Amino acid sequence: MKVGVTIAALFATGLAGSVSAQTELSLWYHGAGSANAEEALVNQLVEEFNANQSDWKVVIETFPQLAYNDAVGAAALAGELPDILDVDGPVMPNWAWANYMQPLGIDEAKLEGYLPGPIGRWNGEVYSVGLWDAAVALSTRRSTLEKYGIRVPTLDAPWSLDEFNGALEAIAASGDFEYPLDLGMAWKGEWYPYAFSPFLQSFGGDIVDRSTYQSAEGALNGDEAIAFGEWWQGLFENGHVPGTSQDAADRETGLLDGKYAMSWNGNWAALPVVEAFGDDALFLPAPDFGNGSKIGAASWQFGISATSEHPEGARAFIEFALQDRWFAAFSDGTGLIPSTASAAADTVNYAPGGPLEVFYGLSEAQALVRPVTPGYIVQAKVFEKALSDIANGADVADTLDAAVDEINEDIDSNGGYGH
Amino acid sequence: MASKLTRSNRAGWLMAFPGIGLIAAFIILPFFLAFAFSLTNQRLASPNPTEYVGFKNYRDLLGLAVFTLEPERDDAGNAVVEDGEIQYPRLRTFTRRNPDYPHLEGKREWFSWQSGENRTVVLASDVVFMKALVNTFTFVLVVAPVQAGIALGLALLINQKLRGISFFRAVYFMPVVVSIVIVSLLWKFIYSPGDGLLNNVLSGLTFGAFEPRDWLGDTSTALGSIIAMSIWQGVGFHMVIWLAGLQTISPTLYEAAEIEGSSKLQTFRYVTWPGLRNTAILILIVITMQAFALFAQIDIMTQGGPLDSTQVLVFQAVERGYGKQDISGGSTISVILFVIVLCISLIQRWLTRERN
Repeated sequence: MKVGVTIAALFATGLAGSVSAQTELSLWYHGAGSANAEEALVNQLVEEFNANQSDWKVVIETFPQLAYNDAVGAAALAGELPDILDVDGPVMPNWAWANYMQPLGIDEAKLEGYLPGPIGRWNGEVYSVGLWDAAVALSTRRSTLEKYGIRVPTLDAPWSLDEFNGALEAIAASGDFEYPLDLGMAWKGEWYPYAFSPFLQSFGGDIVDRSTYQSAEGALNGDEAIAFGEWWQGLFENGHVPGTSQDAADRETGLLDGKYAMSWNGNWAALPVVEAFGDDALFLPAPDFGNGSKIGAASWQFGISATSEHPEGARAFIEFALQDRWFAAFSDGTGLIPSTASAAADTVNYAPGGPLEVFYGLSEAQALVRPVTPGYIVQAKVFEKALSDIANGADVADTLDAAVDEINEDIDSNGGYGH
Repeated sequence: MASKLTRSNRAGWLMAFPGIGLIAAFIILPFFLAFAFSLTNQRLASPNPTEYVGFKNYRDLLGLAVFTLEPERDDAGNAVVEDGEIQYPRLRTFTRRNPDYPHLEGKREWFSWQSGENRTVVLASDVVFMKALVNTFTFVLVVAPVQAGIALGLALLINQKLRGISFFRAVYFMPVVVSIVIVSLLWKFIYSPGDGLLNNVLSGLTFGAFEPRDWLGDTSTALGSIIAMSIWQGVGFHMVIWLAGLQTISPTLYEAAEIEGSSKLQTFRYVTWPGLRNTAILILIVITMQAFALFAQIDIMTQGGPLDSTQVLVFQAVERGYGKQDISGGSTISVILFVIVLCISLIQRWLTRERN
């Protein structure tokens, strides 16, 4: 079949007029109206694929991100899923488990050299692959750290918990900023588990016990998790970070406006920082709270729906997308991290010496995917609420206990989620 | 009678069919489905078969227990006191895997009070639901009278023959026309902590004496802030209903009252108010039902936070049903809400019945 595709590709340029023989494949995409170039690039990818071979014609349908997951759920109930699905990495196990998706069936040798984040595995099989990953870092300015005599941490020697706290206190004591650190509490939803659960994991806890995925007991309410919770609450009590009612506009521009000294933010927001501060801009690795520095991994990926009548066509499209030149194009267009090192070398931002090169290193060295379980979507919600409540002064141990109970109850009522 | 109704009104039933069909498909059927789901473990998406679980969902939501905590005692048997506060053992030692207290398993503290040395704690299986229940009732109890009252005041103000009065009518009605989502986003900016609009205005009016507040981020002001903006948004609609009621009152009654020399207050008390009786009943019932359905403001402005101070029933139903894929849990809340609203409507009907 692969030979067929190649031959078809060879003839494609000459046969551009005879597209009527192509079988239609539907593709659903989550980024309708996205501010950056992502949507245009996805359209370009589809057009080139359609022009490059004569068997398949991908028809794209775009959804606003907020409605996308609901639309897929509704379509699955109605049996109307498209052939090719766009899926957020941590959600994929849920869709695979709920029989929305089928294994990709791509030769895994082709996925060598990829960052860990863009490959979506469930039950030992690859279900989805992404063209990019995202990473989070502490954005700040070199001059700020120098002014308060704070060591500039590196990937090999990140800040320890004490160093990090000391830095926050030194900046807070100066009174030069409204807050020393901006965590992005204004961004509700998936940002909380994506950005903050790595802190918990660095402390030694986790959202759920990953050895069995059957319980959160001990992981989310053990001593390490409680230590994390106390530290987390302290950030807000000491006035080191803005709370859950943070203004969304401040989140966007607070660092650039000088309201905050540091900002815990993703690489998609890094280019404005580079533009504003130039060489003074710094992107620092996550502090090591005791068990190594950790950041979240996995972004949006492509997979094949379980009900697709032409999985081989969907596979051909995804294999077509998995080329370094697409990784580089998406990275240049969106600022996201390309999935392979060879593609990174061709990008503007992640090439050696590029302004965001550091993020590739972060993603490679520290990235930890969120719990790979169908229950994650519930666990993420429970985790978000627990962190909000602790930030607002709730008792740490009681709140984490309650979160554990809710997660365990959910796992029980779903029969263990098929682990 | 019944046969006559069906036979001689065939055309009538035929014309009513689209409406009745839609109501049946989108309101009556979903309600019965919700009740059926609330007795199962139905999920939004799951390969597992749905199972009948009886009233488990109701027990999980409504379970309560009262527990008396005795203080920690030293060797002599006296209560341990640190910093002037009596020390108690942590509740989690009783509620988590303690075989001596199986009825407390998984329950959490809802509220407590001091009785002598002991502390009496009321525990709930689902504290978030209980808080949502209390907040919803608080919201309804404040919004129903205040919104109806302000709307009546506005209606009386604009029920005058002045030049340009329709301008004011339009202005008061405007928030109703704007989508609640937009209104909520705007008020989020208004309530923004630090240098938000409201903080700025208040500190300007008090020449800087006012301390800026975190309106939506503080448990003591969050629900009040939502109540205030909800009333602002909804008041215009009920003003128009009051206005319609006011304009049905015959002018001759006012003329007669004037000739009799009644004061403004007397005219309102004995002419206007009795004339508005049916309007008042309608408005009370409509506001109560709308207030119970509070959702969009919460979803956009606070997501139930901080510390559950703005949790409400409909938000919890949606959060569980869709956010956490627990359709049975969401359905159970919907059924409970239905029963509450039904009871209150029946009580209101009974209280406002025509007395002969």
